[in-house]
Amino acid sequence: MTLHASLRVSRAGFSLELDLDIEAGEVVALLGPNGAGKTTALRALAGLVGSSSQITHNGSTWDGLPAEKRPIGVVFQDYLLFAHMTALDNVAFGLRARGTRKAEADTVALHWLGQVGLGDFARAKPRTLSGGQAQRVALARALATSPELLLLDEPLAALDASTRLRVRSELGRHLQDYPGHTLLVTHDPLDAMVLADRIVIIEDGRVVQQGTPRDVVRQPRTDYVAHLVGLNFYRGTAHGTEVRLDEGGTLTIAEPAEGPVHVVFPPSAVSLFTEKPAGSPRNSWQAVVSGIEQHAHTTRVELDGNPPVLADITTATVAELRLQPGDALWVSLKATEIHTYPR
Amino acid sequence: MRSRLPVVLVLPAIAGLAFLLVPLAGLLIKAPWATLPSQLFSAEVGQALRLSLICASLATVVCLVLGVPLAWLLARSDLPGRGVLRALVTVPLVLPPVVGGVALLLVLGRRGIVGQHLDQWFGISLPFTTAGVVLAEAFVAMPFLVISVEGALRAADPRYEEAAATLGASRWLTFRRVTLPSVMPGVIAGTVLCWARALGEFGATITFAGNFPGRTTTMPLAVYLALETDPDAAIVLSIVLLLVSVAVLAGLRDKWISGPS
Repeated sequence: MTLHASLRVSRAGFSLELDLDIEAGEVVALLGPNGAGKTTALRALAGLVGSSSQITHNGSTWDGLPAEKRPIGVVFQDYLLFAHMTALDNVAFGLRARGTRKAEADTVALHWLGQVGLGDFARAKPRTLSGGQAQRVALARALATSPELLLLDEPLAALDASTRLRVRSELGRHLQDYPGHTLLVTHDPLDAMVLADRIVIIEDGRVVQQGTPRDVVRQPRTDYVAHLVGLNFYRGTAHGTEVRLDEGGTLTIAEPAEGPVHVVFPPSAVSLFTEKPAGSPRNSWQAVVSGIEQHAHTTRVELDGNPPVLADITTATVAELRLQPGDALWVSLKATEIHTYPR
Repeated sequence: MRSRLPVVLVLPAIAGLAFLLVPLAGLLIKAPWATLPSQLFSAEVGQALRLSLICASLATVVCLVLGVPLAWLLARSDLPGRGVLRALVTVPLVLPPVVGGVALLLVLGRRGIVGQHLDQWFGISLPFTTAGVVLAEAFVAMPFLVISVEGALRAADPRYEEAAATLGASRWLTFRRVTLPSVMPGVIAGTVLCWARALGEFGATITFAGNFPGRTTTMPLAVYLALETDPDAAIVLSIVLLLVSVAVLAGLRDKWISGPS
């Protein structure tokens, strides 16, 4: 069973045109920069924003249905747990609203609290819960009504880094068990890579790329995606083993290709020298250091040249080269490290 | 060290304080303490007190039933001209109560725009009845409730209502189970203010409901009348009203008195 959504939302200065198909049991991540329309898409699916969207599922259409009539569950970014209710009442709320008797609703709610490991917190008020616990109550509340479509709006964004790691893996487990359709909205590529079966990337209200996490990581199609996955990314025209880059510069590749291509290589494949490296069938060109950024175990150097490039080098190399912004260096890159794919 | 406080400010400040407090103290000093219990439980005082409490409470109920939905409408709907409506709702707040009473008479009086039909069709006549007292008090007191509740509603995050909607709750259920509990402090504060205002109502009441002991003579009216015939009773009634006011202030302490700190 597939959920088809053709989302059309327009308001002053912004329009969203997004066609989404989500299979039962599939987790689709909607990834994009701030203001790309991710949350708007989620709100259109939930029926919280006026739109001329078409949504069909299992022969029924959701167009024009208000939020309360749609078989959905939503986990909001800051959870929006009802502060005056206990965790149990929060989770039971959706069932009660849909007409389940109190005793039965409480039983189901307690089961879901147990599922997320919070069986002992049934009587707790939301303000006494930690961020991770509140997130799990929000998930239990969304799942308790057995929705067809689960919508997650940046479900991990409000958590601190150490909690996020643990909650992410728990969330992944629950999403695997959930039989319905899941849409995860996030700006964190790691959330999308770990949790989603398929990633849809939108910029300015339009899809720019979609595919499995593996495809997206290996073959980014826009600067935004390349930046997210941390690759050097260019557009060019291949002719045999030579690629002429649109922004200037030429690269030699190992696998021959023809026509318009995307070119990627990891910053760790780039080497930096003070002298022109001698011989060998390598790519080498001159570039000027424009930025230096310390990462955990490497240093990322940003270089202006033809083409500009990012290089990850070891701290030892930084010390050896005594790098300063403005330094002129030779960039060298093995042809076998470069990956091309058709545009 | 800070220089001394300027006399130009301190003297008027002390005078102002005295001006506000001395009359209240006078009330307590002149009170007939010896006969106070018997006065308090005398027929006239008891009658006025009971009528006042009943009418103020009924008026508060009317205000709650009509005012909370009105506040919701002003805070949540996308009604055109909402700003104008909000301003109109607050008019009774600044209107001299006597004018309110006159306006009520013109509309609900026996020959009033609405009143004549009430009289002809249903045989209902509101002026100069206990129901009239309740109406007059509600008219004057409702803005206090509406403003208080509307402020609380506007401060409450509407996304909680969206969350309730995604869980399948109708707007009415959402209002009852999510919105109202979250603005309860504002509703309580508004209710107390509204009740206190209704209890002290004089101008609109005497204009619209007149002064009939046992039916429309509430405490403020009784105080005014007793001043001519039985000053001691007037003082006792005043002290009761003063105590009620102090109790209201104490109840709203956190919300209104502490101020920005």
